[in-house]
Amino acid sequence: MEFFFEVLIGGLLSGVMYSLVALGFVLIFKASGVFNFAQGAMVLFAALTFVGLLEHGFAIWAAAIATIVTMVVLAIVVERLVLRPLVNQEQIIMFMATIGIAYFLNGIGQAMWGADVHPLMLGIPQGPVDVLGIQIDKFDLIAAAVAGSLVAGLAFFFQKTRIGRALRAVADDHQAAMSVGIPLKQIWVIVWTAAGIVAFVAGIMWGSNLGVQFSVALVALKALPVLILGGFTSIPGAIVGGLLVGAGEKLSEVFLGPFVGGGIETWFAYMLAMLFLMVRPQGLFGERIIERV
Amino acid sequence: MVDAALDHAAPPRRIGQVLLKVDNITLSFGGVRALSGVSLEIREHEIFAIIGPNGAGKSSMLNVINGFYHPQQGTITYKGVTRGDMRPYDAARQGIARTFQNIALFKGMSTLDNIMTGRLLKMRSDLLTQALYWGPAERQEIEHRRAVERIIDFLQIEAIRKVPVGKLPYGLQKRVELARALAAEPDLLLLDEPMAGMNIEEKQDMCRFVLDVNDEFGTTIALIEHDMGVVMDISDRVVVLDYGRKIADGTPDRVRNDPKVIEAYLGLAH
Repeated sequence: MEFFFEVLIGGLLSGVMYSLVALGFVLIFKASGVFNFAQGAMVLFAALTFVGLLEHGFAIWAAAIATIVTMVVLAIVVERLVLRPLVNQEQIIMFMATIGIAYFLNGIGQAMWGADVHPLMLGIPQGPVDVLGIQIDKFDLIAAAVAGSLVAGLAFFFQKTRIGRALRAVADDHQAAMSVGIPLKQIWVIVWTAAGIVAFVAGIMWGSNLGVQFSVALVALKALPVLILGGFTSIPGAIVGGLLVGAGEKLSEVFLGPFVGGGIETWFAYMLAMLFLMVRPQGLFGERIIERV
Repeated sequence: MVDAALDHAAPPRRIGQVLLKVDNITLSFGGVRALSGVSLEIREHEIFAIIGPNGAGKSSMLNVINGFYHPQQGTITYKGVTRGDMRPYDAARQGIARTFQNIALFKGMSTLDNIMTGRLLKMRSDLLTQALYWGPAERQEIEHRRAVERIIDFLQIEAIRKVPVGKLPYGLQKRVELARALAAEPDLLLLDEPMAGMNIEEKQDMCRFVLDVNDEFGTTIALIEHDMGVVMDISDRVVVLDYGRKIADGTPDRVRNDPKVIEAYLGLAH
């Protein structure tokens, strides 16, 4: 039984990392109805910038501030050069634009800082710690704490009051949103900045686990099933979805793996997402999709 | 505002000063002239109609007024301030609200939430205080909710309060859109074909609402309409556009008998 809990908790904690990436997607999806293909690239870009600055002798806090400033500038540039000219266009067009942003960010990040694997050492303690007789990795615990506070902060900021409603309005219809006086540009900059900062935190966490390298951008793929599970529009959904995927893949790998020859971990999340698409396409917490024909 | 209007039993509706003056507006998209040298004046408290055949530039004119389009030439004078073009945000802040020809509602949101968005600009606290001070924000929400309930009452859409608007029939969606515009307590209300695609009953309802809004709140209304009958019945003044030019301007009776208007609508009589 203890072993079961160890696997479960290990899975939940690694799920937190998925949640972190998924969160960035949710933020932008809420405010534009667009799946931001560049979220993974933003994670890589932020992590590369941070590591690059560290390697150039910046102190950790200075590098962190500089990276956050970079993400803010990035949000402003994206709004000005990409989103603003596309106001009132079909969402698929915005989506295509985010693919462009992804390529651009992947390119520029590696052009600036090189394509090598950069190790990221923040002095976050590693190694197991004993909690009530269950072995837990210290790093995972810290990652969970960071993700938890980030989520709490965001949930607080995007309360279901004025800004929450404004976000949903912008996602639904640009023109109508503008006509009731929602400052579209401001909202977009705020949201992309938030998504950029989330990407930065996710980048640090993944980077100190795997090293900062191109594969970090591909982590975004794991966020897809998380989003399908949790619902594209829900911040709590991203969290629960991430935890479900994390715990589910670890548990099934350990307990079901032996029966089918293992390897469940790599496809479990996608399988689960497919089932969800058939049964509950809006996800656990997503808004119901209404389409009048 | 809503309360005041209800307390004083129907204040006398008096046409006042010029609220909006559009002077010599020219708007083109590439080589296509949507509007050429159009001028018009909308006075306080009046119901003003813009009519004309398809493609005459009616919707373009509304889009210029609320800042979606920026004309190449001409000026817009609103509440005494003259400018070359409007911005949607400024227009909304200064009391211009509108509806759209093809209904632009937030389809995933309930009727109530849609109407609440109309009050976003009335909510005083900025984004940050909203996020940090839950107490005042909540009180404010309740206060705005009350105002919205009065509008829901006024337009008789109590029953669909919680229904996502995407599920509503067309006629009701139009009414919700009007409600959202009213929630902003506008000084100038722009209605882009408010009765298009409605059956006779729905048209009559809409006419009544337009007249009631004008009557009870004193809101200035500028509307575009295809249905000549409707326009002539409810408007104080009518402007006729044809191929982006103004061809007539005056009371419904004068415009109705203007040979140029008859020509534009029916073709030249030989």
